[in-house]
Amino acid sequence: MRTSECDIVIVGVGGQGVILISDVIGRAAVIAGKPVCGAETHGMAQRGGSVINHTRIGCRFSPMVASGGADVLVALEPGEALRFAHFLSPEGVALINTRPVLPSTVTCGKADYPPLSEILAPLKARCCNVIAMDATALAEKAGTAVAMNVVMLGALSRYIPLSEELIIQALSLVVPPRFLEANKKAFALGKAEVE
Amino acid sequence: MREYLLGNAAIARGLLEAGVGLVAGYPGTPSSEIIETLVDLKSERPLHVEWSVNEKVALEVAAGASWTGRRAAATMKHVGLNVAADPFMTLAYLGVGAGLVVICADDPYCHSSQNEQDSRRYAQFAGIPCLDPANPGEAKEMTVFAFELSEKFNIPVMLRPTTRVSHARADVEIGLAKATSGQCRFVKNPARRVALPSHARPLHSELLAKQAAIEEALESAPWNRLALHGNVGIIASGIAGMYAKEAIFELDEDLSFLCIGTYPLPKKLISRMLEHVSRVMVIEELEPVVEEQVQMLARKVNPNVEILGKEGFIPREGELDYLLVRNAIARMLGKTEKLALESPAVSILPPRPPSLCAGCSHRATYYAMRKVFGKNAIYPSDIGCYTMAVGMGTVDTCLCMGASITLASGIRFGGENEGICCSLGDSTFLHGGMTGLLNAAYNKARITVTILDNSTTAMTGHQPHPGTGMTATGEATVQVSIEALAKALGAGLVETVDPYDLDQTIDSFQRAKEYPGLSVIIARQPCVIKARRSGARPKPLHVGADCKGCKICLDFGCPAIEFEKDMARINALCTGCGVCAAICPASAIQEVAR
Repeated sequence: MRTSECDIVIVGVGGQGVILISDVIGRAAVIAGKPVCGAETHGMAQRGGSVINHTRIGCRFSPMVASGGADVLVALEPGEALRFAHFLSPEGVALINTRPVLPSTVTCGKADYPPLSEILAPLKARCCNVIAMDATALAEKAGTAVAMNVVMLGALSRYIPLSEELIIQALSLVVPPRFLEANKKAFALGKAEVE
Repeated sequence: MREYLLGNAAIARGLLEAGVGLVAGYPGTPSSEIIETLVDLKSERPLHVEWSVNEKVALEVAAGASWTGRRAAATMKHVGLNVAADPFMTLAYLGVGAGLVVICADDPYCHSSQNEQDSRRYAQFAGIPCLDPANPGEAKEMTVFAFELSEKFNIPVMLRPTTRVSHARADVEIGLAKATSGQCRFVKNPARRVALPSHARPLHSELLAKQAAIEEALESAPWNRLALHGNVGIIASGIAGMYAKEAIFELDEDLSFLCIGTYPLPKKLISRMLEHVSRVMVIEELEPVVEEQVQMLARKVNPNVEILGKEGFIPREGELDYLLVRNAIARMLGKTEKLALESPAVSILPPRPPSLCAGCSHRATYYAMRKVFGKNAIYPSDIGCYTMAVGMGTVDTCLCMGASITLASGIRFGGENEGICCSLGDSTFLHGGMTGLLNAAYNKARITVTILDNSTTAMTGHQPHPGTGMTATGEATVQVSIEALAKALGAGLVETVDPYDLDQTIDSFQRAKEYPGLSVIIARQPCVIKARRSGARPKPLHVGADCKGCKICLDFGCPAIEFEKDMARINALCTGCGVCAAICPASAIQEVAR
């Protein structure tokens, strides 16, 4: 028996804007009158470490998505998609930004970063719906590389039970007015990528 | 109106809706956002909000306000309550004026902590009621209720969120901020405010006597809910109740269920459950606080009931989650367990541990320290961002706030003859290091103390402290001189260095090492994150053709330095601190000409 309407896991690296995506979805769900809950990473892990955020729409239970329970896995960094792939349901969809962020273990030569194909192959074996895109490039096209998370939000908007109108309304509550146009553009580019 | 709120923001709203007059705390994950949210909301209502020097101070300041007739709260993380334990225990005797709430956020799994102690034990130990919210909405309601309870029974009340409540988000109903009452006065009453032995004895009896009435009042609290169904039952507390509820729903079993949110425990509800079932599982995070009480009650109520819990089903360490709870219940019922999936091929991924930022001055200080004191020296360290430098060989201990200096003293007096150079941050020094420095001076410890002064409380989100000249609300205030403090506490040699100036820092450490008594080095450079936010944009560096590929800069460990095609390369993370340029033996790293 399902215990939520839609379970989303958003992962990335500290500083990439994982929390913004869930904040926008959560606010949109509240406007829609749906119960919503989530769990985030704060504190020590934020210093360049892996971060994970759980968001559950239409849910009155615990704030964390169960292993194998995510309807959507949103990864702002490809390696992090694989690290947290155990959350993804085999029937779910994975949305992945292909632009790597090299961890310090790689930049100082103590470990290697695998090629993208080696990251995507096991994900595709786990789940038939893996969509990879260079969201960072799309955000640059929209005017600011920082809006990469909003590109991913645009892609995510196609897979969640909330209208685009509400998500944009919530986005405008979170983003400073002077960056709103660039963010709307980023959103549209991300959405177009999965259409 | 509903809002999508972080648990800690919901608690802050609860404080405002309860008409709180004073909130004091010391930052600590997962509790810091309560005061940060209040600072943002302060315009809604006049209120004294402060970052205190430490948790003991915070609780005493809050108690003073409570005794003056203002509702007051102290916020801290679980280990902060160890620091505040002294006033906490005796305040249970002395009682409150207006409501006094201790908000103590626990961190099962040590997401950002040195241990995972269960504060419900502290509440039990002190005889103080404890409210254990399961989600942000409950946390807000319980915050308001805690003040009423505190006033009704003349006792401080603990609110104990965990990481998954404080850092959860949910849609929460928002109410209006309540106005505080007007003029307040401290009313003299030595029998209740002066803990002399002759006063404490009757107050202890009074504290014990009121427990039954508190228990009676909490029995009907809305967070204790009993639903009697089949003859197998679940008793779950706090967030474990959320996992259990979800599991019972998903398993579609006709189980009896008791959800618990208050301590002392609702013994009547537990007894009714025990009379009804033949088998019961107790599900709670960390310590078996509920389970022990259930065991004791069962002896009286139904000795034949089978009680399952910490032994073999529910771990006593780490945090619980839905799948773990679901499987424990399924195992009890003889149903199939769901295997937790593992990420495929995760072994091909490089680890991504949290690390010091590019350009962090702690890295430079530790580099110089190690260069002077060498690999055989002993390096006691402390709680802060710098603990992440454990790989640099300059973090040999981390115990609790301020323990670097005292451990260093003990290591010296214990007989260690090698160099001893300890380190702690500015906020940590002001929190719990000053007494240790005084003790080291007084008892003639021959050690070097390094204060890594980045002029903020960085790890928990850049809160101000007495060394910054700014209060929690951004008002200018006295800026305490760490140099003057160190001298006043008795340090013989006190030098201040800019860690980005490697030569100067090495010279200072050299003098400290040779100094025959207690020496203090203050390594001062603003936190790079704060510096960037305030607009600092130093010139980045680049690697020129002289690079020999020796990797000495790479060993420095700055995330801005990479290695590509037999040469070092500096990436976009560079903050221009210039320390790598000083380290490079080939002088190949230079400022980018603009």
